[in-house]
Amino acid sequence: MTGAVDGPAIELIDLDKRFGAVQANRKVSLSIAPASVHGIVGENGAGKSTLMSILYGFYEADSGEIRVKGKTARIRSSQEAINLGIGMVHQHFMLVDNMTVLENVILGAEGGSLLARGEEKARAALKELGERYGLTVDPDAIVGDLAVGLQQRVEIIKALYRGADILILDEPTAVLTPSEADHLFELTKALRAQGKTVILITHKLREIMHATDHVSVMRRGEMVATFETAKTTPADIAEAMVGRRVLFTVEKGPSNPGRVLLDVKDLTVKDGQGVTRLNRATLHIRAGEVLGIAAVSGNGQSELLEALAGMRRATGSIAVDGVSVDLTKPDPRVMRALKLLHVPEDRQRSGLVLPFEAAESGILGHHEDERFARGFLIDHAMIARDQALKMEAYDVRPPSPHLKTANFSGGNQQKIVLAREMERDPSVLLIGQPTRGVDIGAIEFIHKRIIAMRDAGKAILLVSVELDEIMALSDRIITICGGKITGERLPSQTNERELGLLMAGVTAEAA
Amino acid sequence: MSGNTPLVALPRWADVALVPALTVLTAFAVSGFVVLAIGENPFEAIAILLKGALGSKAGWGYTLYYTTSFIFTGLAVSMAFQAGLFNIGGEGQATLGGLGAVLFCFAFEGLPGILLVPLGVLGAALAGAAWAFIPGYLQAKRGSHVVITTIMFNFLAATLMVYLLVNVMGRPGSMAPETRNIADHAIAAPMHVFLGALGISFPKTPFNISFLLALLSAFAVWLLVWHTRLGYEIRVVGQSPTAAIYAGISPVKITVVSMAISGGLAGMLAVNEIMGLQYRLLLDFTAGAGFVGIAVALMGRAHPVGVVLAALLFGILYQGGTELSFEKPAITRDMIVVIQGFVILFAGALEHAFKKPLAKLFAIARVAKAGGQNGAA
Repeated sequence: MTGAVDGPAIELIDLDKRFGAVQANRKVSLSIAPASVHGIVGENGAGKSTLMSILYGFYEADSGEIRVKGKTARIRSSQEAINLGIGMVHQHFMLVDNMTVLENVILGAEGGSLLARGEEKARAALKELGERYGLTVDPDAIVGDLAVGLQQRVEIIKALYRGADILILDEPTAVLTPSEADHLFELTKALRAQGKTVILITHKLREIMHATDHVSVMRRGEMVATFETAKTTPADIAEAMVGRRVLFTVEKGPSNPGRVLLDVKDLTVKDGQGVTRLNRATLHIRAGEVLGIAAVSGNGQSELLEALAGMRRATGSIAVDGVSVDLTKPDPRVMRALKLLHVPEDRQRSGLVLPFEAAESGILGHHEDERFARGFLIDHAMIARDQALKMEAYDVRPPSPHLKTANFSGGNQQKIVLAREMERDPSVLLIGQPTRGVDIGAIEFIHKRIIAMRDAGKAILLVSVELDEIMALSDRIITICGGKITGERLPSQTNERELGLLMAGVTAEAA
Repeated sequence: MSGNTPLVALPRWADVALVPALTVLTAFAVSGFVVLAIGENPFEAIAILLKGALGSKAGWGYTLYYTTSFIFTGLAVSMAFQAGLFNIGGEGQATLGGLGAVLFCFAFEGLPGILLVPLGVLGAALAGAAWAFIPGYLQAKRGSHVVITTIMFNFLAATLMVYLLVNVMGRPGSMAPETRNIADHAIAAPMHVFLGALGISFPKTPFNISFLLALLSAFAVWLLVWHTRLGYEIRVVGQSPTAAIYAGISPVKITVVSMAISGGLAGMLAVNEIMGLQYRLLLDFTAGAGFVGIAVALMGRAHPVGVVLAALLFGILYQGGTELSFEKPAITRDMIVVIQGFVILFAGALEHAFKKPLAKLFAIARVAKAGGQNGAA
């Protein structure tokens, strides 16, 4: 399959990049065959993004050499990268939402001060790309109205329109449904068949196995291994990523559900524009049970969490351990008083205050606790002591309560949030994206803690974009699509395909 | 993570002391060139300025009198900063503070000084707070940006004052737009009287006991912001409104409360200017101190200690600048405004111009110290 025509499409030789005291890339060498799909995996902070940023001209390497199609190249800006035929699709799309597809495609390549000619040319090119790769999208649609998968397609079209024949995809499936992801990988195959080279950055080993020809593994700024995908296993790749064997399965015994601790009926959430985001959701969770919510981002699971946590207005009814909640005056403090605690999906924006010391982030939402008060003042010494204990129990590194929250890694930040909420003895615990942006070593730890909470008789609501995680941790799974509950399954009696269909709104009867 | 340059934090002492010091030195250096450009010797000018401000007890008196005003307005701006708000309405809030002060002083004239003076202070703070409450409320509930509304409220305050002093409160039989004097026992005691009572001789200057109130306010702000629940909530809202919502802290309430406290601090400027010096309400008594407060807060990095030090620096500049314009007519008081402008430019707009290279220097030094030892990322 790897038509090695004449030398590698891209060759990186001994690239070094240092930010202050941090060596982000160390002597990285990599050779990418033309017309192939090359995966790059690594934990957060392993240096993948830095490497790709160097290749795309955001940063310049401190030393080392880049060769594009055999020629030594100096890439100082993304424009120079584009001129060399390198295109990039970012994890967070760089699209103007209120412009049409066509306008987005020609953005930065307008071809003159009058738009008409550029648009005409782009329209023709779009048609041609559509035919060649099956990349169809309405050129006059407003980008903001398109589904996420289609927006991503626009990004790819943008790169191809600029003449890219080496395409970098940065975590492309983070926002896609399983079936959208499948479409994407069909597309990468079509691109490869047409002689394009694709670099796929991801941390999902399944995708690597499914879609790549070669895979390179980065760890702590270094390129530690390159495999031929067909001749390796996920376990080998994971070992190279982490530097040790990793358990993929979560060890848990059967659940032992007790009384209903969270009872939700007809919960409906409307957003500021009056659009229904969550539509009459009815569910319950028992003590000692993990209920997993499987849904593609933006289908109402965030609103469900926020409404349950008292952060949003909702209608319907919520009862925590038999006590019903006044939904007309949502208040996170009331929910906390009922022992319903919440690990928010976005720890950096909601769960923590990044410029604060870890100890101060460690009382967020609990700052009115009498334990932390000394008269009308806050007892900073007590807070620091409390934080130090939690840091030890949750293996937060470094265990320094006075370090700025922003200076901890993603996994350690998440542990700070988990410790704060789990150590308060909740009866119901809402957990959003427990392992997003968390490295593999910490994932194991967090999963164990969640199961330990379950076994201690807590009711746990788990929301995650990682279907594997939902499957591994949940005792029951509910799927949501477009704000509606589309099904409920036991993990032992379902599979990713069925869940994927339910998440896409194909109901059980039709499936 | 994509796009993020890993930030190398500066050591705290560098962040708190070195950066502001560099800012001031740069502002002075650039101003020196301006002095040079108008044909004077900048070193001579600096010498005159410092001698005028600090060379005599009287100089100190004037310097600290200015400092007092700048502490109040600097604290006001800092307080709002902590909640993520930019209150540039110190001028208007101080003006209303003057109104509140004299109204309370007139209304409770029958009370003894020991009660009347605190009531005057309260009047000043309340009126300033009320004037800032409205933009705060509009920001919190209606999303009208405080920067816009507080500027407009400065003009409203100025016009309101003209109307009141000309049509309502003006002293009968006087052409000047000003009220009658407050009672003798309502004034904030001048420092020469206060110190005289303690047996220390001090020349007669506008320096008065509201300086102590200013220092007390700085301490109170420090205590409030860093050591109380309300302060914690204010900082959470200031740093991350989304985290505040998660925690159950109402950004609406905090915005309004922080603006009111900020306005109250600005309002207390009137204690220094009206109760401590003018003894009557008159037009434009704030003399731009509300705006100087912005420079003071920027330079003091919105921390009370920094604010007090920055206020002292500006006090020196204002007093020394006055002396300088006597000695060197070519260097007018506008020179001080020029320096102030440079400080705002370097401290506010170009803060990172100093921070980044400094951070780099520190990082290099650290790496050199580590001796090539590999730091884990």
